[in-house]
Amino acid sequence: MKSLLLNPVLNKEFKLRLRSFKSYLGILIYLLVLGTIGIGFIFLTTMNARMGYFRPEESRVMFMVLSMVQLALILFMTPGLTAGVISGERERQTLNMLLTTKQSSGSIIIGKLLSSLSFLLLIIVASLPLYSITFLFGGVAPGTILATFGLYLVTILTIGSLGVMFSTLIRKTIVAMITTYGVALFLTAFTAFLAMLSIQFLSLGGPNQAQNPIPYLLLMGNPAAVLITVFEPSMQKELLDQSGISIPLWISYLFTCALLITSSLWISIAKLRPNMKGKRSKRPKE
Amino acid sequence: MIEIVNLTKRYGTFTALDQMNVTIEKGTVFGVVGPNGAGKSTTFSILATLLAPTSGTAYIDGIDVTQNPSKIREYIGYMPDFFGVYDSLKAGEYLDFYGASYGIHPKEREALIPQLLELVNLAHKKDTYVDSLSRGMKQRLCLARCLIHDPEVLILDEPASGLDPRARVEMRDILKELKAMGKTILISSHILPELSEMCDSLGVIENGQLVATGSVSAIQQQLKANKVLIVTVQHELDRAIQFFEDQPLAVDIRKTTETEIQFGFNGSDDDQILLLKEALHHQLPILSFTEEKTDLEDIFMEITKGVE
Repeated sequence: MKSLLLNPVLNKEFKLRLRSFKSYLGILIYLLVLGTIGIGFIFLTTMNARMGYFRPEESRVMFMVLSMVQLALILFMTPGLTAGVISGERERQTLNMLLTTKQSSGSIIIGKLLSSLSFLLLIIVASLPLYSITFLFGGVAPGTILATFGLYLVTILTIGSLGVMFSTLIRKTIVAMITTYGVALFLTAFTAFLAMLSIQFLSLGGPNQAQNPIPYLLLMGNPAAVLITVFEPSMQKELLDQSGISIPLWISYLFTCALLITSSLWISIAKLRPNMKGKRSKRPKE
Repeated sequence: MIEIVNLTKRYGTFTALDQMNVTIEKGTVFGVVGPNGAGKSTTFSILATLLAPTSGTAYIDGIDVTQNPSKIREYIGYMPDFFGVYDSLKAGEYLDFYGASYGIHPKEREALIPQLLELVNLAHKKDTYVDSLSRGMKQRLCLARCLIHDPEVLILDEPASGLDPRARVEMRDILKELKAMGKTILISSHILPELSEMCDSLGVIENGQLVATGSVSAIQQQLKANKVLIVTVQHELDRAIQFFEDQPLAVDIRKTTETEIQFGFNGSDDDQILLLKEALHHQLPILSFTEEKTDLEDIFMEITKGVE
């Protein structure tokens, strides 16, 4: 643990990140967006209600809205923060010098990933006071809040690892970023769309259709779907009944994420430095 | 000691390095000269474990760069031809980061950094942000970075490029100091004449091949075949021109002034003596018979003149 905390890349990135004005501006904008939505929600709800109440049920809906917005913001920010970590060093011409040091590829990749993710965590922690508005009105169980933040953490780690991988494999930051956004969009929107399509398609066969595991399998890597099943256990039950799979979606999600994180990090570490042995064995001898 | 054995690097059909072989003794300063794209940076990148060769290999202190790159990294300090810096770090922090990357203990780093900054004449800039340093200062800071883990071998790719004359002199003085410390230095440049006084030997790269190696004087010897002779006569210039045109070893005879001719001579020192004897035998009124002084720049131009 000590060696992890003393990771030189992590240390340097913290310094660079917190010395940049952009970081503070990022936190400010993030909180403004989230705050406007939270306050705006309360305003709209109480404005339309005759008595001006804000009931626990509405507080619960507000929490769901805030959580979904927060998830969207996380999905929006993670690629931006991670898809440039290696390609950015390459573009600034600092990567070569970093690679000729004694630091292991693993230490460089993990240091880069953790530094970007720590910044996201800082943003999430900074948003906690906004969530406390929900506690004023009740309606949300502490377990749900913990599950939500756990889901954020896993999602950040997954998208972040994918970002680092694309940043290692692709020379240009902009292309790496677009690819990571593409994958994030695929995991959230496209799989949801396909799942809905699959449900609708099979319901054409009448009410007594066979069980269909396809929507479940499609949603295994979808953080938004998992968040919905956390909020609405009834939807989880429906999905499980329909698919005939008895494992809760969040467990499958954790499993998918673990697989994605491990493979992306493994590829990043293996591809960061050239394989000095090259492909010489395949070449004819001269 | 650095030993490069049959080192080859191909990019598709393009051969950047072609079967290069060279041995550089411990403690020597080896200068690599060649036109852009000749393969200098490719060679250095392979030695710095940043690029895998297509075939062949290189050994540093007996360690194979392709087999044990992580061990090689402990032995070398590499300065790329183009490099960036982390702008929001101060000079001291910049060195501290690399020191940490080499696994140097924080206490040691604390003592080492002022010494290194002193060596590269940047002691007063320890708390200055790197982005506000001049180009020359950044180059020197980068050199200090190469030295942080006290490597035996320094691989410096164009360390003086883009520097003004004063910064170049400063860089050269630092390199002299490093040479005195007993480091093996591999250095490339296209301003080699300036560095020639500190290079023990030179290698000339052209089209991915080492076309000449040896000490500065040995390379000059190797190229003596193509020396230029200047002859001044008191009068009878036309007869002198006629005489030298008849000599098989003399080529490209040109009249430079009313009393001076210049020509290329493809012969040894003995041939040169014979030529002078012959000329005197023909009663030519020779005032002077000299060889044009060639410096390294000329040698470089001579060697690489066939290269586009």
